[in-house]
Amino acid sequence: MQDIELELNGQRVRLAVSRREHLADALRQRCGLTGTHLGCEHGVCGACTVRVDGAAVRGCLMLAVQADGARVRTIEGEGDDPVMRALQDAFVERNALQCGYCTPGFLLTAAELIALDPDPSRESIRAYLSGNLCRCTGYQAIVDAVELAARRLREAPSTDGRAR
Amino acid sequence: MSHDPGMPSTAGPRARTIGQPSARAEARRFATGTGAYVDDLPVHRLLHAAFLRSPVAHGTIVKLDLAPALRMDGVVAAWDGETLAAHCQPVRGVLAHLPAMQAALQWPLARGRVRWVGEPVAIVVAESRAIAEDAAQSIAFEWADLPPLVDPRAALEADAPRLHPELDSNLMFTATVATANVDQAFARAATVVELALRSERVTAMSLEPRGLLAQWDAAQRRLTVRMGTQVPWMMQAVFANVLGLDCDQVRVVAADTGGSFGSKIHCYGDESAVAVAAMLVGRPLRYVVDRLEAFVSDVHARGHEAIVRAAADADGRLTAFEVDDLCGAGPFSIYPRGSVNESRHVLGLTGACYRATEYRARIRVALQNKAIYGQYRGVGHPLACLFTEAAVDAVARRLGVDPLAFRRRNLVPDDAYPHRAPSGARFERLSLCACLDELARLMDYDRLRSDQRAPSVGREPGVYRGIGLAVFVENSNHSSSNYGRGGAPIASRDGATARLTQGGGIHCAIGLTDSGQGVTTAMAQIAADAIGVPLADVRVFMGDTEHTPVSGGNWGSRGTGISGEALWQAGLALRAQLLEAAAALHACSPEALDLVDGVVQRRDDASSLCTLKALAEAIYFRPERFPPGFRPEPAAQRHYAQTEYDGIYTNGASASWVEVDTRTGFVKVLGHWIVDDCGTVINPLLLDEQLRGAAVQGIGQALFEGCLYGTQGELRNATLADYLVPMAAEMPDIHVGHVATPTATSALGAKGGAEAGVTGALASVVNAINDALLPLDAHVLELPVTPERILRAIGALDRR
Repeated sequence: MQDIELELNGQRVRLAVSRREHLADALRQRCGLTGTHLGCEHGVCGACTVRVDGAAVRGCLMLAVQADGARVRTIEGEGDDPVMRALQDAFVERNALQCGYCTPGFLLTAAELIALDPDPSRESIRAYLSGNLCRCTGYQAIVDAVELAARRLREAPSTDGRAR
Repeated sequence: MSHDPGMPSTAGPRARTIGQPSARAEARRFATGTGAYVDDLPVHRLLHAAFLRSPVAHGTIVKLDLAPALRMDGVVAAWDGETLAAHCQPVRGVLAHLPAMQAALQWPLARGRVRWVGEPVAIVVAESRAIAEDAAQSIAFEWADLPPLVDPRAALEADAPRLHPELDSNLMFTATVATANVDQAFARAATVVELALRSERVTAMSLEPRGLLAQWDAAQRRLTVRMGTQVPWMMQAVFANVLGLDCDQVRVVAADTGGSFGSKIHCYGDESAVAVAAMLVGRPLRYVVDRLEAFVSDVHARGHEAIVRAAADADGRLTAFEVDDLCGAGPFSIYPRGSVNESRHVLGLTGACYRATEYRARIRVALQNKAIYGQYRGVGHPLACLFTEAAVDAVARRLGVDPLAFRRRNLVPDDAYPHRAPSGARFERLSLCACLDELARLMDYDRLRSDQRAPSVGREPGVYRGIGLAVFVENSNHSSSNYGRGGAPIASRDGATARLTQGGGIHCAIGLTDSGQGVTTAMAQIAADAIGVPLADVRVFMGDTEHTPVSGGNWGSRGTGISGEALWQAGLALRAQLLEAAAALHACSPEALDLVDGVVQRRDDASSLCTLKALAEAIYFRPERFPPGFRPEPAAQRHYAQTEYDGIYTNGASASWVEVDTRTGFVKVLGHWIVDDCGTVINPLLLDEQLRGAAVQGIGQALFEGCLYGTQGELRNATLADYLVPMAAEMPDIHVGHVATPTATSALGAKGGAEAGVTGALASVVNAINDALLPLDAHVLELPVTPERILRAIGALDRR
């Protein structure tokens, strides 16, 4: 076991983790942050996507010990982020999720896209999200929802991003 | 004013939310990461399981020594097939009404022999999953190789070794059907086509793998299993059978279920072993399949090869179809549904949308040393559609007739119902022609054709475009004709309870589950309209055998049509009871009252009498306000089973518009369209997303997906990096249209819609590719249609 210290969803946290433990397991099992899901555990499906020092990364491809000293945000810690709230609203309205297992990963990846490009085309949304696997929706509603959230954020950048 | 329960979707006080694209309130849980899948549930004193699985397809167990595992720190217990057998019962996946079907007994863990790569051999229970996995790997397992029977054709050879010594052959099932004049029809035909089609095995690949949490309460001798499942009631009976308990000693609760698509409706040996082990260790025990295990332990599906023939007369009218289908369905028949249903759909539905009156079919299902085999969304319908529609296109091509016009000429007309297909399949009411017409309009067929034939403006040389059409039927609202009659413990009668809460809201309980389809919201809409309350006032509780009425569960597009009808009827009953109570309270006649948006009104002037909140307060807290002797009844329960047809068929049509790059063999899907008729539409937003999601699964099977086996029965691509599923960048926008032909067998009129999208997709994509390859006189009839197969078809690989 090894002690690590990180800023997790805005709070300083100390964890004792096993050296072979990946970050997603540590978040789920040691911190109860079960919104981070495991779909393949070899970096293909994107269900375990979390933000580490601002970047969307695969929680299953990073060892927990590598997160020592990092800022980590999971879906549970994104509630106050206006981009995330706009995305969540749009996902619900547009039914861009069915079983919901992939959804936190899609939301975190989409938030990163909107931060990079506030006006993404459908093609660029599809390309940016193509590292996240959804087996239910067929993707179109997800693309619609990201487009909708991005438009709302562009039209009302000073508000909190909530749907009106 | 009387209510007409046959037309809930027409305008009026009852159709306020049915037909509306209401968003799912429950979706916000998932969007905020607060869903609770089985691996997320917090439990005290939890133990974890892991399995040793067979690394070979066929072998005799020579040595299985659990001692190294049991010596490890943190390991609580371990069993192999022999030691676990003392505590459980085997299952046999046969259906009693199919006397030609045979299958061997299957134990939770292999005994004596292993028969597929991935078959569970031993279970280890430990304080953590990591310890359990390490311990499972330490088990000393030795086997003697037996020749693997991989190819179903070889397995059926007379001199093939038998997979199970107690069975008389490797033939799990065969059936035939033939009309009287089928040979003459082919002999007299002006045109006959013959196609050899092949479809690789695929797997449902729900993103949440299978999993369960089993807890044995020794004090009450009751087992509680929380799991990702589509069928809690079926699983209650399955666990009771396996554990030798009474049904009522078992409680099954559906946790949030991360996709299922037919993969979570079976009795899996590993899940049974976990339930047995949980009883034996007396502590809560959880097991979630990891992705690599999922590929070799979830049911596979759609592995068929078929010879299909079709005949047409000199006037271009289809006269006969013939299909000879072979399926390799693994070493056991999966309990309790059996592994032969796909083939039976092929037998019943090939050619069934067309007017051809002569038909012959033979289906054979072979035992083999590949992974266990079962149902995947659409089951055999997509195959029957592929076989039919590929043949129909081939005939049209031969005759030089446009495939749209050819279908219009040959489909069973919309006024010819009820209709019995030559196979014996009975259709209540279909709208094949109306759906095809709507499809042609939606996709602007003529414009696409002219675009296809136009000189390739902006198109690279070697890039060809094609249009593919498919017309399909899909069974829903099943009767008991298959599972009930076959002895499988799967209900066909569903119940629903609706009650007034003490706060004046409505609480409904049904035995379905929701693995993302949106059943929760659709059911709330049905209840809201039946009772006369706002959608937001309705809560729907599902998926717990302890707290809901019985249900057959979510499969076969049955949830909305069967449970939905039960809830519609329960809602109407509750509405009548509430109006009686309000009338008694206010000394008037119930006929003079109406319930609209949660308010009891006088019918004559629409003035408000009382809210449901006030009525609930009187019923529960102030019984003395009612006339002496009057007992208000604030809950109603109703049950429904569809008994008039084997199933109520839905129908539709789909189209694909593809581009084939003959330099690389790559296919790009430029457009995809679906028109579906599932009767009364409860929620078009949710229905359209079901159709789109299913279509993408079909496109995935047509282009990418396949479980690739080596000659020794080893699965070569059992990872998500190697088994390709569609991602966002490869998929097109999918356009959806509707025709509505409500079933007359229920008041609600709803049929299922969750499988239609996949049913036509295989055929329309394959037909589009072959339409594109037409100028090269090439075709591909093997799924998935990979770049390699396209390059071989056009001879590009042979030239190199």
